[in-house]
This record gives sequence, structure tokens and C-alpha cells, in this order.
Amino acid sequence: MPINTASLVIGLSYASLLFLVSVGLSVVFGLMRFVNLATGSLYLIGGYVAWSVARKSNSFLLALIAGAAAALVLGILIERGFLQRLHRQELLQVALTLGIAYIVQDVTRWIWGGDPLRLRPPAVFRGSMELFGSVVPTYRVALIGIGAVLAIAVWYLLERTKWGAYVRAGVDDLEMVQCLGINARRIFAVVFALGALLCGLGGALGTPVTGVAPGTDIQLQLMALIVVVLGGLGSVAGAIVASIVVALVDTMVRTFWPEASFFAVWALAAFVLIVRPQGLLGRTGW
Amino acid sequence: MNALAIRRQWRLAIVAVLAVLLVLAPALLPTYPLSVLTEILIFTLFAMSLNILLGYAGLPSLGHSAFFGTGGYAVGLLAKYYGTPAALALVIAVVAGILVAIVTGPFVLRTHGAYFLILTLSLTQVLFGIVWLWRKVTGGDDGLPGIPSPRIPFLVGRISDTANFYYLTLIVVGIAVAAIAWIVRSPFGLALVGIRENERYLEGLGYPTWTLKYVAYILAGGFAALAGGLFAYFKGFVGPGQISWLLAGEGMVMVILGGAGTFWGPAIGALLVLLLRYEVSAFTQRWVMILGIVFILNVLLLPQGIVRLPQRIREIRARLRRETTLAPPLAEATAAAPDRSVERVIERS
Repeated sequence: MPINTASLVIGLSYASLLFLVSVGLSVVFGLMRFVNLATGSLYLIGGYVAWSVARKSNSFLLALIAGAAAALVLGILIERGFLQRLHRQELLQVALTLGIAYIVQDVTRWIWGGDPLRLRPPAVFRGSMELFGSVVPTYRVALIGIGAVLAIAVWYLLERTKWGAYVRAGVDDLEMVQCLGINARRIFAVVFALGALLCGLGGALGTPVTGVAPGTDIQLQLMALIVVVLGGLGSVAGAIVASIVVALVDTMVRTFWPEASFFAVWALAAFVLIVRPQGLLGRTGW
Repeated sequence: MNALAIRRQWRLAIVAVLAVLLVLAPALLPTYPLSVLTEILIFTLFAMSLNILLGYAGLPSLGHSAFFGTGGYAVGLLAKYYGTPAALALVIAVVAGILVAIVTGPFVLRTHGAYFLILTLSLTQVLFGIVWLWRKVTGGDDGLPGIPSPRIPFLVGRISDTANFYYLTLIVVGIAVAAIAWIVRSPFGLALVGIRENERYLEGLGYPTWTLKYVAYILAGGFAALAGGLFAYFKGFVGPGQISWLLAGEGMVMVILGGAGTFWGPAIGALLVLLLRYEVSAFTQRWVMILGIVFILNVLLLPQGIVRLPQRIREIRARLRRETTLAPPLAEATAAAPDRSVERVIERS
């Protein structure tokens, strides 16, 4: 299969977005056993708010901040308002977050309408550039850079700091962590808020590429679920690897066999889980 | 014990009244509500079959539409290529659903929790993809239209076709629901609940937990395929939409809202979701939001499902009574005491 630079850039930039959406979900899932089906809604809110702010203020940076902040607020609302009551009740979490997703989708359709909206990239990253002999969109390259920096930052935070060690310990054995006198509830809240923030940032960053419309939330939600489970719950490295694999497969199939694009990723997910029921980098026993 | 016996009689009376109403429905309802009721019956069976996995065995399947669609396509293909009579086609649909479950079961049962959810979802999407791409046989996204709706022969000419198909559905669904009731109350069904609560403990007691889960998965697949076959006849059409994960998600919502792990919960959930879809969407465009609000309220106020509503009301009334008995003097408090012990017996049961 001929892999050229252009499709590689498109695939990797998509991987950046997938990572931003799924890393929070993955750690929240692993740590709190909390199934958040409103993750796609956080992305949607981030994208829509960024679009509006960018139109008003003409500043892309401000739009990014606003988008991330909006998702952060929604995330904290979900966590403080509902989530705390439903610890360890997965089925109820599914129904509740699905309800939130429905409401967010309808409210955003009300405010922003049903047409897909697209944001223009900032002036610096407009147009295209030459990379290894082929022409690629500059914004996509920038997206890869941003994604890589954030991935390293999150990885460092969770794998190399004391606070990250608490989080990982929570993923492995929550009761033991609480016995050691660590305030797991506060860690939950911070992790959830950080995840929501990254989701919203992903939405804002992704608007120039994927656009936002009712339905973007469902699409991203499904992709994030695949990434999280393929990588292994609670594993940052797994989320990074799975984002790249899923995004590249999706882009390649989209280029070479467009009719099969929507289910190739699912075939991949099914195959991986049949061979490795705990995901690529997940540990057994969950 | 006395209170329990009275409650059991009440429940029996409610079921009897409902059964009579269901039998008389064609005489009471115009055509359109009757067809909605037919759909509710079909989705009751679908949700109840999913409840075997989700509610009783604790296996969160988000791919149950695969069986529904398999049943539908079995009926559609048989009608299109062989003109098979409905009774035989429905049996073959059930067999097809069981076969799909037998093949996929060993793979999905290697996973747990969230992984189980995603693997069932993935396999369903793969089946969706196969149906979508295999245009020559399945008709791709056009599906298979023109499936002739079956009739009960001796009723033809005496009642309308809608009523006739309604009775057919009522009989098939009634038999299937009775079978599910028998299954979940059998030792096998109780063992499934045990697996949901503590699988290792049951394993320690010597139960073959893997085999039990496998059998539950196969049974659920068979019943879902039956519902799918009926739905294909009901619509006269089968398409990829009947495999779509959206349908699986809707089934999941029906089970959770109605009450997972309770027998009648899924039926109530199916009724609620379909009524919301048809009735609320008729008078407002914001029905998606209303659906979302209903979900959230349901989870917060009735976490064990709508089916627990009478119990919740009794709980709240008991709590109110206890609070008021604190204030007035002793005489009333002692009067309330025997009442409270009854409450406690009910709670314990």
C-alpha cells in the first residue's frame, strides 16, 4: 500500500485530535470506572464556542482558550452535579451521560443550527507547505506538533510526577489508595476536569479540520471509545499508540477503499480485542 | 408474609387486566395506535432478550442489534429468494440468531466490562459493514423491501390486516415472554444473577460460570432474532438500520430506564421510549432534549428503573411518616410502630 507523506500528515493530525479527546476518557474510565458518554459533547461544545469567539474577536488563541474553558465548565458541572452520586453504577452512568449528550446536542443545534461550521486556521498556519517532497496543509502539521507536545506533557504528568503516581495507583487499586490516606475524590475531580479541558481544546483545535455539526459528537465519541479500549483502560501510552493506529488506518482506508471507511476501524477494534482482550497496552484483571 | 401474599395477588390482578386489555386492543384502538402497540410489543421482546444479558448476567452488550438484524435479514432473504412461509421463516431466523451467538460467543466472553461493550459493538459494526458492502445479496443500504406481511389464516376477512398482524405478534411475543419468564426464574436464571453479583464466588461453588454465560448469550441472541424477524414482517422491509448500533443503544436505554434485572422493566422502558419518540416528536421539535431530560430524571429519581416506582413511593411515604411521628407525643408514635415493622418486612423482601 503506497503510503505518501500527505496521507501520513492527515492521519497523524487526526491522531492528535483523537488523543486529546480520548486520554481524559481513558484515565477517567480506568480511575473512576466512570463511563462518560458525553465526551463527544465536550468536544462539540469546545468546537462551537471556539467558532463563535473566533468570529467575534478574530483571535484564534482566544478561541482556543474559550473552547477549552467552556468544556471545562461543562465537565465540572457533570462531575459535581451528577457523577459523584453514581460511583460504581456503570449502567446508570451510561444512561445519565447519554441523556446529557442528547441535551447538549439539542441545545447546540438550537443555538448554532444544523449546518456544519468551520473555523479558519490562524494566519500563521494558513495555506500549505512542502514536506519531504509533497505539499501538505500547514495547519495539519501544526496540529501534529501541538498533539505531540500535549501528549508528552500528559505522559510526563501521569508517569513522572508524584501526583501522577497517585492517579496510576488509583487506576490499579482504588481501595488501597484511599487506605493510604490519599484524597481520591479530589484526584477524581481534577482528572475529570483536566480530561474535559483537553476534550474542549481538541474540539477547538479540530474545528478547522473536521468542522462541527450535530453528529460530530457521536462520531468522536465512538472513535474515542475505540481508542480508549484498544489502548487499554487507564494507559496514557496506550491511548497515544491507539490514537495513531486508529487514525492512520482510518485515513488509509478512506483513501483507498472509501466505501469501507466507516467500518474498517471497527474491524480493527474487533480483531485486536479478539486477540488481546485487555487492549494493546492494557493489563489483565480489569 | 400476609403483606407479601396480598402484593402477589395485586400483581397477578394487574397482569390479568393488562392481558385482557392487550387482547381487546384491536377493538378499542384505531389503526395507527394499534401499529404503534405492535411495535412496542416487538421491542418489548427485544429489550427483554437484552435484559437477560444486561440485567441478569451483568454483561453490558452494545451489540444486541446484530441478532435483531440477523433475524430480520433471515426473514427478508427467505421471503425474497424462496418465498418461505412465515412460521418456518421465523424459526429459521431464530436458528440464525443462535448460530451467530454460538460463533461470536467464545470471542466476546473472553472480555469483561467495558471491553465486552466495545467488542460486541465492534462485531456489530463489522456485520453492518458486510451487509452494507454485499450489495448483490443484501441490497446494501437499500435493504430488502416488499416482505409480505403474514396473516393468521382463520382471522382473514373477519378483522383488519393490522389487527391480524397484531394478534400474530401478540401470540409470538407472548410465548417468547413466557419462555423468558420461565428461564429467569429457573435455577439457571438465578445462577446468572449470581454471576452478575460475584462471579468468582459462584465459580468457587462449582458453577460452570463460563458455560452459563455462553448459554445466556445464545438464548438472548435467539430471542432478539425472533424480535428482528417479527419487525421485518411488521415493516415489510429490512435494511442496515436494523443492525445499526443505534438500535442496540436504544435497547440498552429501554432496559436501564425500565429497570435492568427486573422482569417487567424492559417492557416499561420499551413503552416509554417508543411513546416518547412517536408522541412527543409529534408536538415539539425539541423532543431530543426532552428525551435527555427524561433520562437524567429517571437516573436521579428512579435509579432502579421505572418498574420500582410503587416501591419508591412507598419508601418516600414511609420516610415522611417516620419524620412526622418524631414530632407528636408518644401515643401516635406507638401507633405507627407496627406499621413500620411491616415496612421493614417489605423492604427486606
